[in-house]
Amino acid sequence: MSLSDFLQRAVSKWMREGGPEDDIVLTSRIRVARNLQGYPFPILQTDSHADEIVRLMEQAIQSPVMQQLGNYEMVRCRELSPLDRQVFVEKHLISPDLAQQEKHGAMVIREDELVSIMVNEEDHLRIQCILPGLQLLDGWRMASAIDDALEQHLTYAFHDQYGYLTACPTNVGTGIRASVMMHLPGLALTGSINRMLTAVSQVGLAVRGIYGEGSESYGNLYQVSNQITLGETEEEIVANLQSVVYQLIEHERNARKALLARNRTQLEDRVSRSFGILAYARRIDTKETMERLSDVRLGIDLGIIQGVSAGILKELMVMTQPAFLQKYYHRELAATERDIRRAALIRERLRLDDSEVHR
Amino acid sequence: MLCERCHERPATVHVTKIINGEKTGYHLCEVCAKEQGEVMNPFLAGNAFDFNKLLSGLLSMDSSPGFAPVQAQVQPRCGTCGMTYNQFTQVGRFGCPDCYDSFAARLEPLLRRIQTGNRHTGKVPVKSGAKIKRLRQLDALRRELQQAVAQEQFERAAELRDQIRMLEQTSE
Repeated sequence: MSLSDFLQRAVSKWMREGGPEDDIVLTSRIRVARNLQGYPFPILQTDSHADEIVRLMEQAIQSPVMQQLGNYEMVRCRELSPLDRQVFVEKHLISPDLAQQEKHGAMVIREDELVSIMVNEEDHLRIQCILPGLQLLDGWRMASAIDDALEQHLTYAFHDQYGYLTACPTNVGTGIRASVMMHLPGLALTGSINRMLTAVSQVGLAVRGIYGEGSESYGNLYQVSNQITLGETEEEIVANLQSVVYQLIEHERNARKALLARNRTQLEDRVSRSFGILAYARRIDTKETMERLSDVRLGIDLGIIQGVSAGILKELMVMTQPAFLQKYYHRELAATERDIRRAALIRERLRLDDSEVHR
Repeated sequence: MLCERCHERPATVHVTKIINGEKTGYHLCEVCAKEQGEVMNPFLAGNAFDFNKLLSGLLSMDSSPGFAPVQAQVQPRCGTCGMTYNQFTQVGRFGCPDCYDSFAARLEPLLRRIQTGNRHTGKVPVKSGAKIKRLRQLDALRRELQQAVAQEQFERAAELRDQIRMLEQTSE
């Protein structure tokens, strides 16, 4: 299969398409936790409880109301190989925790992969909508519509005072976790990222790097999400997050402007070198890939690099992950072999854009 | 809640009995529980509570039908799924939806720490949310009534009062 065919089939809509503010906000994600009345939470569930919840979900997604909201397919974790499950993790459709739930876990994926429902993860259901760019409110409306459609067939565990009941009290109430994935190279290069992220965490939001351990983040990608789920409405939670995200966007844009004004040559050198490495390297690890991709994306956003699509960061950050690479090459690859294949895939992907420019 | 035996002291012990698969539960004060011999309290008895004992209790139940084995605990435990508060603090997850009521007293300070409020104000499910919808409507009507009275709009106030009465009656 050629790379462009593979991309057509393997790349989710959120990776391919753009959206509002997508020079800085890569994706918006809404995740809603729901549990069924009369069943223990997954931590205490027996095999038969788990089967019953999977069966109830199977019926619920076949209902006419759900069919109106798209084509859904359900797969149990045990029907997939560990590698296939890992590919779903790398596409951000399921959590690493669900991939581990070989026995009880299941997932419902909508055809366009903007919607996925995790079954028997920490909660019975976790409805997830992932949209390109900054579209938190649209994401919430999408998730809420699916929630309503499912509720026609399921009875949720709901408490008059505490709202939607969840396995962990950090999710109780609305059960909503809204998050955005932001690319913040300007703030990183001007050295103001840590100050900014500390400020964000002080207003009740959580920030973490998407790739890399602890506070370190490869590729200047950060996830910002709400921490509070009880005592505010879903719309308030989404609006709070959105207003902070707009402030971060403004700071990031100012940082980029300042970099261009003061250190133009240095910046051009940096992004062009990174582009050169991606275009010619013969082996490259994940960490360096993310860092170079971040530079190249910044170069594209600032007009320094031309003829390369802006979607390359989102696309390649998923495509170059270990499981995805092995899926593309149809076999298991050792770490050093992956580095070689990763470099080849990136070179090939950059040539795709190049041929379109010269066509 | 008062002890279901003496009706004098507050009930602090929840006793769950499973006899031939049939589950019954009642609330006792500590004194009555001790007199009834219902308490298998590790601190009072001086024995370490362990899984073996729990298991042997279950086994003896199976082997001697008709005999009523007892299980009781001073430590709060969810009557539905059996999770104790200690277990919850260790894993950070509740066992079932009923845990929220079982551990309500300890949950409140926890929620104050990790959340902004202790009352859900967001979306309500269509099916199981009828009651809360009515409560929210009542709240709104009462606030409106107060305003109407303050502004001396007595006709409007009378209307609101009737609406509130009607809603209160349907909820009973």
